[in-house]
Amino acid sequence: MIHFVLLISRQGKVRLTKWYSPYSQKERTKVIRELGGVILSRGPKLCNFVDWRGFKVVYKRYASLYFCMCIDQDDNELEVLEIIHHFVEILDRYFGSVCELDLIFNFHKAYYILDELLLAGELQESSKKTVARLIAAQDSLVETAKEQASSISNIIAQATK
Amino acid sequence: MGSQGGFYQSKEFLDLVKSIGEARSKAEEDRIVLGEIETLKRRISDPDIPKFKMKEYIIRLVYVEMLGHDASFGYIHAVKMTHDDSLLVKRTGYLAVTLFLNEDHDLIILIVNTIQKDLKSDNYLVVCAALNAVCRLINEETIPAVLPQVVELLAHPKEAVRKKAIMALHRFYQKSPSSVSHLVSNFRKRLCDNDPGVMGATLCPLFELITIDVSSYKDLVISFVSILKQVAERRLPKAYDYHQMPAPFIQIKLLKILALLGSGDKQASENMYTVVGDIFRKCDSSSNIGNAVLYECICCVSSIYPNPKLLESAADAISRFLKSDSHNLKYMGIDALGRLIKISPEIAEQHQLAVIDCLEDPDDTLKRKTFELLYKMTKSTNVEVIVDRMIDYMISINDNHYKTEIASRCVELAEQFAPSNQWFILTMNKVFEHAGDLVNIKVAHNLMRLIAEGFGEDDDTADSQLRSSAVDSYLHILGEPKLPSVFLQVICWVLGEYGTADGKYSASLVTGKLCDVAEAYSNDETVKAYAVTALMKIYAFEIAAGRKVDMLPECQSLMEEFLASHSTDLQQRAYELQAVIGLDAHAVESIMPSDASCEDIEVDKALSFLNGYIQDSIEKGAQPYIPESERSGMLNISKFRNQDHHEASSHGLRFEAYELPKQTVQSKIPPASLASTELVPVPEPVYVRESYPTTTVSSASSDAGSTELKLRLDGVQKKWGRQTHSPATSTSSSTSQKTVNGATQVDGSNTSNSRTRETYDSRKQQVEITPEKQKLAASLFGGSSKTEKKPATGHKISKSSSHMVEKSHVPKSSMEVASEKKVPFQQPPDLLDFGEPTVQSNAPSVDPFKELEDLLEPTTQVASAENHGSTAAATKSPDIMGLYKETPAGIHNKDDSDILSGLSNPPVTNMLGGTTKTQVAQSSKGRRPNLKDSLQKDTLVRQMGVTPSSLNPILFKDLLG
Repeated sequence: MIHFVLLISRQGKVRLTKWYSPYSQKERTKVIRELGGVILSRGPKLCNFVDWRGFKVVYKRYASLYFCMCIDQDDNELEVLEIIHHFVEILDRYFGSVCELDLIFNFHKAYYILDELLLAGELQESSKKTVARLIAAQDSLVETAKEQASSISNIIAQATK
Repeated sequence: MGSQGGFYQSKEFLDLVKSIGEARSKAEEDRIVLGEIETLKRRISDPDIPKFKMKEYIIRLVYVEMLGHDASFGYIHAVKMTHDDSLLVKRTGYLAVTLFLNEDHDLIILIVNTIQKDLKSDNYLVVCAALNAVCRLINEETIPAVLPQVVELLAHPKEAVRKKAIMALHRFYQKSPSSVSHLVSNFRKRLCDNDPGVMGATLCPLFELITIDVSSYKDLVISFVSILKQVAERRLPKAYDYHQMPAPFIQIKLLKILALLGSGDKQASENMYTVVGDIFRKCDSSSNIGNAVLYECICCVSSIYPNPKLLESAADAISRFLKSDSHNLKYMGIDALGRLIKISPEIAEQHQLAVIDCLEDPDDTLKRKTFELLYKMTKSTNVEVIVDRMIDYMISINDNHYKTEIASRCVELAEQFAPSNQWFILTMNKVFEHAGDLVNIKVAHNLMRLIAEGFGEDDDTADSQLRSSAVDSYLHILGEPKLPSVFLQVICWVLGEYGTADGKYSASLVTGKLCDVAEAYSNDETVKAYAVTALMKIYAFEIAAGRKVDMLPECQSLMEEFLASHSTDLQQRAYELQAVIGLDAHAVESIMPSDASCEDIEVDKALSFLNGYIQDSIEKGAQPYIPESERSGMLNISKFRNQDHHEASSHGLRFEAYELPKQTVQSKIPPASLASTELVPVPEPVYVRESYPTTTVSSASSDAGSTELKLRLDGVQKKWGRQTHSPATSTSSSTSQKTVNGATQVDGSNTSNSRTRETYDSRKQQVEITPEKQKLAASLFGGSSKTEKKPATGHKISKSSSHMVEKSHVPKSSMEVASEKKVPFQQPPDLLDFGEPTVQSNAPSVDPFKELEDLLEPTTQVASAENHGSTAAATKSPDIMGLYKETPAGIHNKDDSDILSGLSNPPVTNMLGGTTKTQVAQSSKGRRPNLKDSLQKDTLVRQMGVTPSSLNPILFKDLLG
């Protein structure tokens, strides 16, 4: 099971956090600080895995961003590495050549995507297409809602003229 | 699709994010965030706030909390947002609450109602949003409120909903197995879902169920094998391919399940051999995902009933991993090797040099993994090398968590394989000295017992040698400053018990040392207590031996101090010491027999030795004792019998007690039996163990029974959670009692000796000295065919681990109950071919997945066509570059992003016509940075004032680039 997902920049800034196991706000801060220290200081050629308090943390660096996932001892690290990559590919397809800035300014969208990919700490969907379709469905809803809102306000505006 | 990268938020929010991004210090960032919190606090409580504004505020709250600040003042507003009618707002609300709240938060009660309503919504997106929240927020108490709806959703027409409903049910199962135990059959049904995504999701709960109870899922072996076969043969839709592998994530899950089902079951395993062999052959070992599947295959092969051919393939794969340059693969190789050596120990030898390279690698992760491997392959021939290595590493690290783990491993190996008593004591000393306070106290108790009982052989001289070498080394070690408390306890105990046993050291020397300990560690009460008791023992032995006792002056002053101590425990021990010293030799010998720590003390529960006294008293006219059960008419009596009873009478309204429900009677049994074991100072392990499984089974079954009997609580908040029975606490209490009696002594000899031992500078020696390494290899891997575990010490380990075994009984028994209830399920021969009538009506040769894929095509084509268009646009980059240059750089509003995309859109629509090779375009697209998108983003961001040359130039870099 994935216990949490963490995106931190090379400077140690948090870009996204998602907790699938209960952690208090205090614990969260501590976890981020601890892991940030461990992961950011690791050299480039070492394993992408870190032992941490009886769990394993799998991380991968993309440009200036570190994607980290904390998993159980008996999980398959290589698989989790690919789940991370899968997530990045979906982000890439959604944002179009995703870069860190996209995630900084649209972190809530990254959360929506993550919610379609992982649920309750497990990989929920392994098809990029399906995830993309669901997100598109939600987005189109957003668009229609916006149109409706504007048309209603038009009507109101005309009615009150 | 670049338009999705646009930033819809208000200027204010963008400014906030920007200023945080540019903050030069944590303090500056905190100041900005605190300012933002103030703003939000003020604005958010305004009642007339428009919805879209509110939505943004909530997102800003999420942002604030993500940065580690407290946003709890706004939680209630997020909760309110989930009530909104508009999905747009609702979705933000759900996102925020799932990020803010843990499942035990008070506000969750306010969301349950909304979730209930949303689960019934006609709009599947609303249902999906609600299910996401269900997975995160519903706790054991609120499960009954949403359970019926979630179960209904398992048959929802939309596959996305079915998938999430399965995951939600899985989560419920994790939180409270009994609440959904009657629904387990649903997982089996969903395994046959038409949609591969739902099928894949179902594998998660099934994996967990099978982990707990393998036997009731053996019938699914054929189905799992057939699914895996079809997946490997690429019969799932192309969309599930990942880097040219067919649905690897599903393959991995299936392999995990097969590993469980085939473990120790020859018949089941034989069904798997072919498909696992196929996957071994088909796996592409050049890609990471291919290796992930390969690794899972190795795990599967080493878990199921061994097959020589598969073992060979597994060994090949492992050697490829170990020979690879990638640290990740080496790591996986070491891990896989650790699994495989259980079956074929000889395989380790061919990789000895690779293993030693990993052991000396600067990468800590790899090193630890290698220690784990060494731990698994320890034998009495190589135990000294391995444990020495482990201890060296243990001393060198700071990570307490791992230090604890590796220390307990050292102890375990030393107990199991120790070549000599001397070595054993030395090793234990080192472990305690360097990781003393991190070691579980049980380890110390174990050590004491081991010294007291000896190694289990009937050789008394060996035991006394062990003891005297322990005393030797401890007296030596006491000179060192700052020893861990646990270690000191062991030392004190051993010195007290055996310090003067062999006559080598005088009582005054040992007592002097003990007094020094008590003084030096004067703030550690436990150590002082151990020291006083040790003193008492030594004096007692002296008196019993007929020698005159001269209390040292420092000892006397110490006693005076303890007699007035604030700790009643210390005081009592001191008084006892005083009393013992005053007795004659005969009395002392019966109180404190020498070396009797392992003798069982028989307790006369009937107190028969008092019979004479009672007889006397009754003759003198005293009232005879009436057992509690026979006393009647006394006011307070009910209090002793039954708590409920007492409560009822105290209210003064009810005169008759409720009839007790059956399950309470049953659940009272375990405490009763427990109490009786607590009375016995020397609990016989057998007794505890035997009583345990039976009581837990009965309580577990009563638990399960109660779920059936219960009222239906649909929509009702369950107020009082059922108490769960915890066997863990009771077993631990019995172990601690045992250890009190079974303490022993260890002797620590010169650690200096071992410290001078050469420490390896890995890097240098790697280059220079291969003979060195080969020597190490020889000592590690050398006598592989030789001795196995020492049978004599083996029983000690089994003794301590038996408690673990007991615990594992508990979930099992409750699962058995669950499985009884499951609906018998007919297994179609081909799992993927069944299902809805529409599919069945097709000619059998048609692959249902193909059909499904065709159905999906129309919807996906639009998206992918657009995608293709954008790559085409990228190839036309010169034009777009021109366009970009023409756009004035200084446009202020955000609209220009639309302009840009508008400009680049025409070619996209033109290209829409003949795109047939969309798949190819998509897969290649991910790799290439998309020029158009990047340019677009670049302009956008520049307008906001973020310049790439400032703090972090790679903010713009393609993550995948």
